[in-house]
Amino acid sequence: MEKFLSHTGSALPLRRSNVDTDQIIPAEYLKRITRHGFEDALFKAWREDPSFVLNKPEYKDATILVAGPEFGTGSSREHAVWALMDYGFKVVLSSRYADIFRGNSGKAGLVTAEVSQDVIEKIWALVEKDPTTQITVDLDKRQVKAGDLVADFQIDDYVRWRLLEGLDDIGLTLRHEAKITEFEKSRPAYKPVTV
Amino acid sequence: MSQTLAEKVWDAHIVHQANGEPDLLFIDLHLVHEVTSPQAFDGLRAANRKVRRPELTLLTEDHNVPTQDIDQPIADLVSRAQVDALRNNAKEFGLKIYSLGDIDQGIVHVVGPQLGLTQPGMTVVCGDSHTSTHGAFGALAFGIGTSEVEHVLATQTLPLKPFKTMAITVNGKLPQGSTAKDIILAVIAKISTGGGQGYVLEYRGEAIRSLSMEGRMTICNMSIEAGARAGMIAPDETTFEYLKGRNHAPKDKDWDDAVSYWKTLKTDDDAKFDAEVIIDANSLTPFVTWGTNPGQGVSIDDVVPDPNSFTNPTEKTAAERALVYMDLKAGTKMRDIKVDTVFLGSCTNGRIEDLRAAAAILKGNKVASSVRMMVVPGSAKVAIQAEHEGLPAIFKAAGADWRSAGCSMCLGMNPDKLKPGERAASTSNRNFEGRQGPGGRTHLVSPLVAAATAITGHLSTPDEIK
Repeated sequence: MEKFLSHTGSALPLRRSNVDTDQIIPAEYLKRITRHGFEDALFKAWREDPSFVLNKPEYKDATILVAGPEFGTGSSREHAVWALMDYGFKVVLSSRYADIFRGNSGKAGLVTAEVSQDVIEKIWALVEKDPTTQITVDLDKRQVKAGDLVADFQIDDYVRWRLLEGLDDIGLTLRHEAKITEFEKSRPAYKPVTV
Repeated sequence: MSQTLAEKVWDAHIVHQANGEPDLLFIDLHLVHEVTSPQAFDGLRAANRKVRRPELTLLTEDHNVPTQDIDQPIADLVSRAQVDALRNNAKEFGLKIYSLGDIDQGIVHVVGPQLGLTQPGMTVVCGDSHTSTHGAFGALAFGIGTSEVEHVLATQTLPLKPFKTMAITVNGKLPQGSTAKDIILAVIAKISTGGGQGYVLEYRGEAIRSLSMEGRMTICNMSIEAGARAGMIAPDETTFEYLKGRNHAPKDKDWDDAVSYWKTLKTDDDAKFDAEVIIDANSLTPFVTWGTNPGQGVSIDDVVPDPNSFTNPTEKTAAERALVYMDLKAGTKMRDIKVDTVFLGSCTNGRIEDLRAAAAILKGNKVASSVRMMVVPGSAKVAIQAEHEGLPAIFKAAGADWRSAGCSMCLGMNPDKLKPGERAASTSNRNFEGRQGPGGRTHLVSPLVAAATAITGHLSTPDEIK
C-alpha cells in the first residue's frame, strides 16, 4: 500500500446524512470481479440528476469528500471505498462513519478523518463560497486546514500508523504465525468443520 | 472478573494481544459468497498465498443467482462470470461450495445455521453485513470487507479493536400480530441507524427468550441497520434444541462437552454494559418504515411524520428528502399506503417459520389484483421443507409467485427487481433509495404484515383479514 502522509486538494460538499453504501455504489456494479475501474459507478443514481453536486464543473477536481453524519452505512461492500478512490478521492471528512465502511477504508488506503459536525458545516460553507479552496489533511499531525480554519481530527491510532507506513495488514499478521498455529492446537474437538 | 457474553467470546479467541495494537482474533467459521470474494482470491494469487484453513471455510451462491429456471445457465453474463469465478476459486483453493441446484444452496446466513455450522461461542465472519444473523446462537458474528475476506482466507484471523457492549432488554410478551421483525424495527427507530456504532448489541429479556431461533435470527440480522456490526443472544435450551441432530452439530460426547461449555455463555449477573436500552414488548404494534433508512419507521397505526416534527436539523432534512423519494405526504395514515409488490424472503425473513406465518394468512385468500407477490425461500432446504408442509400450494392458490432460493429482490443485483416508481412491502432489511431496483420504493414489514398487505393492497395487519 502507498504511504499516506498529508494531502492537499479541493473538496466536494455532500450535504447529505446517512449516505449508505448502496448510494455510493449500487449492487448492479458489484457483479464485476476486478479491483479497479469503479469510478463510473460512484453515486450512480444521484449522478443522473444534473444538479447533483458531483456533476458541477467547479467540483470536478475535488479529492476530499466532505459528507454529513453516518457516512457509509449498510452493506459491507468494499467496492464503495474502491469507487471513491477510483474516482479520485483520497480523503473523506465526516462527523460519524459506519464501522464496516471505516474499517474497509483503512484497509484500502482511503483516509476517513472524523471531525465535529460544526467543522463540517464550516468547510461546507467555505467550499460552497469558493470551490477552489485548498484543504490540507495532515495525517501525521491529525489536522485539517481549510482557509483560516484549523481543526484536529480523529482517526484510529493503529490505522493511522499503517497508513503512514503503507503497511500490508496480512504481512503484519503473519509475523504472529507461530501464535496462530499454537492457538489452533487448543481448538476443542466439538467445533465444526465445513467438509 | 464479571464479563458480558460478547467479552467472553472475544477473550476465548485472542491469538495475540499487545499494547497499541488491535487484538488478533481467531475465526472459527468463514462464510463466502460470490460478490465480495473474487478480488480477495485474486489477492491471494498475487501474493502466492493459500487458504490457511479450507475446512473452516464455506462458499455458497446467493446474491447474483436467478430464482427461476435455475437449471439453465445464468442469463446475465456478468453475473454468470462472477458465479463462475467463485466456482473456479473453490476448485483452485480446495474449498467446499454449495452451488445453484445443490440441496444445501441458499442465502449464506440461512445455510450456515441450517447446517448446524453456526454454534454458540464461535467467531463467524462473512463479506456481508448481515453476518450479524449468526449472533442469534451466541456467536460473535460480523460482516467484513473484501480486504478482510482476503485476510481471513490467508490467516484465519482478523485484527480487531474491541467493541463496546450495549444491552437491549425487551421486557414483557409480544401481543398477537407482532413479531421479532417489529421488535428490531422498533429498536432501530429508537436508537437510530448510528446508535449501535462501535457496539455489540446483546438482546435479552423475556420477549427475546420466548422467541424461536428463527425470530432471534431476524433480530440479530438487522443489528447492522442500527449501526452495530454484531448482535448476540445468549444460548439456551431453544438454541440447543435447534442445533441437536443437525449435520454439523457435535455428536455423542462432543455434544455433551459442547453443551456444558455453551451453558457458560451468558452475561454474568454483575457484569456492566457500556450502554443499555429498554423496550416494552407488551405495547409493541407492528412496525413499518416510511423513509429511506431503516431507522425511519413507525407503528402501522401511525401516520407519515411531518419533517418539521424533527428537532435535529440533519434528521429534518433527511426526512424531507425521504418523503420526496418515497412520494409520500406527511400525515398520511400508514395503513392507507398502497403497494404494487410484496416481497417475502431474504436473510431477514426467508426462513420456514416466516413462510408458515405468511401462508397461514394467505390460505383461502387472494392476493389483490393490483399486487404482485413474490415468495422466495431462503435456501433450497427451506423450499423443500415448505413443499412437505404444502406451503407453495397455498401461495400459488392465492396468486403469489413461488420461487427458488436466493437473495432475490432484497438487493437488486439479480433479475428480481422493482421497476422505477414501484412501491413494495418487503420483509427484507433495507429501504435505501434504489435498494430493490433503481427508483423503487420500499416499506420494510414483518411477514404477517406482508401477507395481509398482499391481500388488501395497502399496508395492513392480519386482523383485517377474514
